[in-house]
Amino acid sequence: MKFFDFFSKQSSSSAPKARERLQVLLAHERSSVGQSDLVVRLREEILAVIGKHVKIDRDKVTVKMDRGEKVSTLEIDVEIPLSAKLRAA
Amino acid sequence: MAKIIVVTSGKGGVGKTTSTAALGAALAQRNEKTVVVDFDVGLRNLDLVMGAERRVVYDLVNVIQGDAKLPQALIRDKRLETLHLLPASQTRDKDNLTAEGVKRVMDELRKSFDWIICDSPAGIERGATLAMRHADIAVVVTNPEVSSVRDSDRIIGLLDAKTAKAERGERVEKHLLLTRYDANRAERGDMLKVDDVLEILSIPLLGIIPESMDVLRASNLGAPVTLADSRSAPALAYLDAARRLAGETVPITIPGERRGLFGKIFGRRAA
Repeated sequence: MKFFDFFSKQSSSSAPKARERLQVLLAHERSSVGQSDLVVRLREEILAVIGKHVKIDRDKVTVKMDRGEKVSTLEIDVEIPLSAKLRAA
Repeated sequence: MAKIIVVTSGKGGVGKTTSTAALGAALAQRNEKTVVVDFDVGLRNLDLVMGAERRVVYDLVNVIQGDAKLPQALIRDKRLETLHLLPASQTRDKDNLTAEGVKRVMDELRKSFDWIICDSPAGIERGATLAMRHADIAVVVTNPEVSSVRDSDRIIGLLDAKTAKAERGERVEKHLLLTRYDANRAERGDMLKVDDVLEILSIPLLGIIPESMDVLRASNLGAPVTLADSRSAPALAYLDAARRLAGETVPITIPGERRGLFGKIFGRRAA
């Protein structure tokens, strides 16, 4: 098929991408049945812990999830105002 | 012994109704008494695909609510006397389907039919869960496309959890019916291949239905694909799938894949 691929305008095929995306997605969806609110709960608990020490604005918190093939990452970005930091110190 | 089949998919527009009609007619053509039941209350279409839309008097909801007896609501096919249709209601909504009512209808159908084929609505709500509720066998209709495969995976999970069989600790027999397959596009890497979908969903393959003009033609005419032109490629694929459902061993062929070098070059240029 390589020979024909040379003449083909679309050099990279999309089906392998579809296959890979599905495999990663479904591995996550199958394992997280019944706990789809995991990110919400983690956010609440982590914010509660931080809130014990500094006063934070809940709108200034971003939570991101990246579901990978082997590992997933949970990224929590909390903006701590200078005044809050001073108070904590 | 009557068998209840649910034709389901999660996603809409993948070919549940087409497949219900085609498999129903194919089983009836084997001289086995078959009824196709439309569970898509409010959006019925099986009557239209079967060409019986002008003969609907009573429907599933009428039977459940006691307004009509089951034999009054059953419509016998004009082409095959072994084939029957139980239409859905067009004016009511899905809340009119009750678990007890559906069970009563299924129990009664079991007494007089060999095959009861339930055409599930799209989605995972009441209509879909009731359609799969009493199934012995599930035909999961899937297109080689990411959103369809994902929804099928979800439906497979529901079949293992929410059916009467699952609750009794038994298993619903699940089969994959891959529809709208284009072997040439899969060969070029533009479409998920049969093996990709099988590996991801890991349920046995019932059949591969090729993308074909004959499917639209049949629904235009109001005839199941297997009756409209029983020698067309999709009809042959459905007939083979029906034989497999009936327990025969029929080797799976990928429709449209037997092309020579000339065909490959030509197919590529045409694309």
